[in-house]
Amino acid sequence: MAKVQMTVNGKSVAGTVEDRTLLVDYLRDGRNLTGTHVGCDTSQCGACVVHVDGKAVKSCTMLAVQADGSDITTIEGLAAGGDLHPMQAAFRENHGLQCGFCTPGMIMSAVDMVNRLGGDLDEGTIRAELEGNICRCTGYHNIVKSIAAGASAMGAGSKQAAE
Amino acid sequence: MGIEGIGARVLRKEDKRFITGKGRYTDDHKIAGMHYAAFVRSPHAHAKVKGIDKSAAEGMPGVAAVLDGQQLTGDGIGNLICGWMVHSKDGSPMNMGAWSALATEYVRYVGDAVAVVIAETQAQARSAAEAVAVDYQVLDAVVSGADAIKPGAPQLHPEAKNNIIYDWEIGEADATDAALAGAARVVEMEITNNRLVPNPMEPRSALAEYDEAEEHFTLHTTSQNPHVARLVLSAFYQVAPENKLRVIAPDVGGGFGSKIFIYPEEVVCLWASKRAGVPAVKWTADRTEAFLTDAHGRDHTTTAKMGFDANNKIVGFKIDTIANLGAYMSLFSSSVPTYLYATLLSGQYNIANIHCNVRSVYSNTAPVDAYRGAGRPEASYVVERMMETAARELGVSPAELRRTNFITEFPHQTPVIMAYDAGDFNASLDAAMKAADWDGFAKRKAASEKNGMLRGIGMSCYIEACGIAPSAAVGSLGAGVGLWESAEVRVNPVGTVEVLTGSHSHGQGHETTFAQLVSDRFGVPAESVQIVHGDTDKVQFGMGTYGSRSGAVGMSAIEKALDKVEAKAKKIAAHQLEAAEGDIEIKDGEVLVKGTDKKLGWHEVCLGAYTGHNLPEGMEPGLKEGAFYDPTNFTFPAGCYVCEVEVDPQTGVVDIQQFVAADDFGKIINPMIVEGQVHGGLAQGIGQAMLENAVYGDDGQLLSASYMDYCMPRADDLPNFDVSTTETLCPGNPLGIKGCGEAGAIGSPPAVINAVTDAINNNNLTMPASPANVWNAINLADAAE
Repeated sequence: MAKVQMTVNGKSVAGTVEDRTLLVDYLRDGRNLTGTHVGCDTSQCGACVVHVDGKAVKSCTMLAVQADGSDITTIEGLAAGGDLHPMQAAFRENHGLQCGFCTPGMIMSAVDMVNRLGGDLDEGTIRAELEGNICRCTGYHNIVKSIAAGASAMGAGSKQAAE
Repeated sequence: MGIEGIGARVLRKEDKRFITGKGRYTDDHKIAGMHYAAFVRSPHAHAKVKGIDKSAAEGMPGVAAVLDGQQLTGDGIGNLICGWMVHSKDGSPMNMGAWSALATEYVRYVGDAVAVVIAETQAQARSAAEAVAVDYQVLDAVVSGADAIKPGAPQLHPEAKNNIIYDWEIGEADATDAALAGAARVVEMEITNNRLVPNPMEPRSALAEYDEAEEHFTLHTTSQNPHVARLVLSAFYQVAPENKLRVIAPDVGGGFGSKIFIYPEEVVCLWASKRAGVPAVKWTADRTEAFLTDAHGRDHTTTAKMGFDANNKIVGFKIDTIANLGAYMSLFSSSVPTYLYATLLSGQYNIANIHCNVRSVYSNTAPVDAYRGAGRPEASYVVERMMETAARELGVSPAELRRTNFITEFPHQTPVIMAYDAGDFNASLDAAMKAADWDGFAKRKAASEKNGMLRGIGMSCYIEACGIAPSAAVGSLGAGVGLWESAEVRVNPVGTVEVLTGSHSHGQGHETTFAQLVSDRFGVPAESVQIVHGDTDKVQFGMGTYGSRSGAVGMSAIEKALDKVEAKAKKIAAHQLEAAEGDIEIKDGEVLVKGTDKKLGWHEVCLGAYTGHNLPEGMEPGLKEGAFYDPTNFTFPAGCYVCEVEVDPQTGVVDIQQFVAADDFGKIINPMIVEGQVHGGLAQGIGQAMLENAVYGDDGQLLSASYMDYCMPRADDLPNFDVSTTETLCPGNPLGIKGCGEAGAIGSPPAVINAVTDAINNNNLTMPASPANVWNAINLADAAE
């Protein structure tokens, strides 16, 4: 057993976990943050993507103890207060989700994509960047549209903030 | 239409919880004292179970119980069954072998459950499951349908001689043979429809809770049809009487057919929650378990002959299919390669003589059952590959051959049961060819050739049958259940509305589209309408969601209930406004007397229904109505898909340059959601055609049992889709809806393969059109020349 302490969605949390506990299991079972999902065992589907110290990480591929001392953001922590994050809003406005199971990981990957590559993303870039996120419902058509729109809204937001 | 009524692109009500991480799927639920189940599964495709040593596992930390099949059957839990009786052509009933939720004597596929460990944590349960020692006597295995019926093949079930479940036929054999004998030209093909794994992103999960004091079970499960699950678990598997069993299918992360069926794990978790004396038992599949044990789809091998007269009119069509149903008969498995397949072999064409023979067989592979389209993709693939091939052999254009044979008058009775009620096949063909700029293809091909690339174009004109189905009709064909749907509309005293439906949404957006019906009818905002589904304690009964039936059947039931609510509300308003009932109109949230300024607010009429202060003589208070809707016919969505590809002859890589879908779904309630359904169906159909393949080794090991080995479509495998609709209304239901959930998966595989074979100029290509298969087809064609 090991003690872990981390910041999750802005709150400092601490707990004891088995050494083998994955970050995703700690978040889902230990912190009751069930928005982060598990869709495979081989780190391919991306349903479990969270941000660790500002970077997208598949939380099924990291031990909870490796995240000790880190700053974690999950899908539950993305919206600021009552306002949806622009990427969340874009997924709704563009029908970028159906069953919703892959959606948290998709949105967390999409936000990371914009953080790395900026708000002006073309279709080819978005499709290539989604290599690590699988959706079985949408055929990606509307996810690509959602991410382009969300990226553009995030870009506009950050420009406004800079001005 | 109002802004949120029928035909409006209303954004989805359900999205907020999903985009904020607040969806509640089965695995998200927790119960105090909950234990976890881990299954001990056979590593062999075929073996006799000689003994199970549980002693080591029983002593491990956290383990509450290790249970096996002898204990399960000893407690009176019944075998899993197939609920659709199909008879062989000699009149004998299908040969169904026994399927115990935990194997007792034999295991018949890799992943077959032998025992279950119940422990305090999932990790403890899984560790202990590895410590259960099963003594197997390994037997020979057979994995392909064609091999399973060969003399000397390993035999799976004593009930099924030569592994044949049934040898079934439809249509007139003699007349078809005679038509083919007299044909000017006969085209012959061998066609394989590859085995697929459905892969909803949410793995299956079950959480069973036993209340000892009430002797009552509650099951949260990943189901498309919780009421059918309760019925079957109760009546056939004897887990608990229906009044002592509540089944809840909460948010469900995709189904595509694979979550229709009641699986061994649900039976075992329910039984074990009582037997192990723990408050609750949860099991959630990991992805490899899902690959091994979710019901697979397709897996047909077919030979087909189509005869044409001198004017290129089809005179006869003869089909012989072997359908591999795997190791056990899953819940609806028998119907998929028969009544959901062979009844669609007339396609969009006027064919006087059709005969189809189907042998469904056992093999040492995962059970096969309905997967998005269920039989119709297999039919569409046979018909449309045949039409394309015939066009090439007859030297006419693919469009011309299809137009020559299109059915143009409705209703049309085919020789294979179906009576098509409406359609305009030329309209969708025209729309697709125009959208694809078919006429400009030659120029684009020439441009590709300059770059050393091969370019091809292919089409597919599919028809399918949805809205299953008239209960009496399916009953006469062997179905064990009726296929109506139920609805209840409860108007609250303040005028908000709850709709309880037996349909189940697992991504289809029912909370939005169903609310649009109410908005359209009473002018209340969609936000004031709550859709309640997926809980047997709330909704009395329902048949669930599959076969694109929630629109044509589920919404028709809601319409019927709304009719009754509207009629009563009008009676109340007419009484209170002292007007004739026929003069009352409900519009934009108001209840008006036509041609006057007399009116009441919708909420005033609703409140009046519940105060009961001023109701017509003899009327009961309240405003709540229920309805059961039983369809009068199947519905027949149809359309034309065009695929254009570029193939790199050096590598065999296929790049989809454009994909056009022109569908006729009848009346559309929410175009945004319908387009999304088409996109998803296309992705699964293109996945089948180009990427996906469930492969078993000769020893019965599943070689494609993870996302490392089974190629799921990724974003960069697919193009943007050009999706449009034409409309002929379905005359069979009040809204004119045909259904849209499966069309994309049904119509797209032949369009893709027709395009790729056109590009490489070799018709001999089996799905998936992977780079290796395409490269081989190109180079083998070169070698043959």
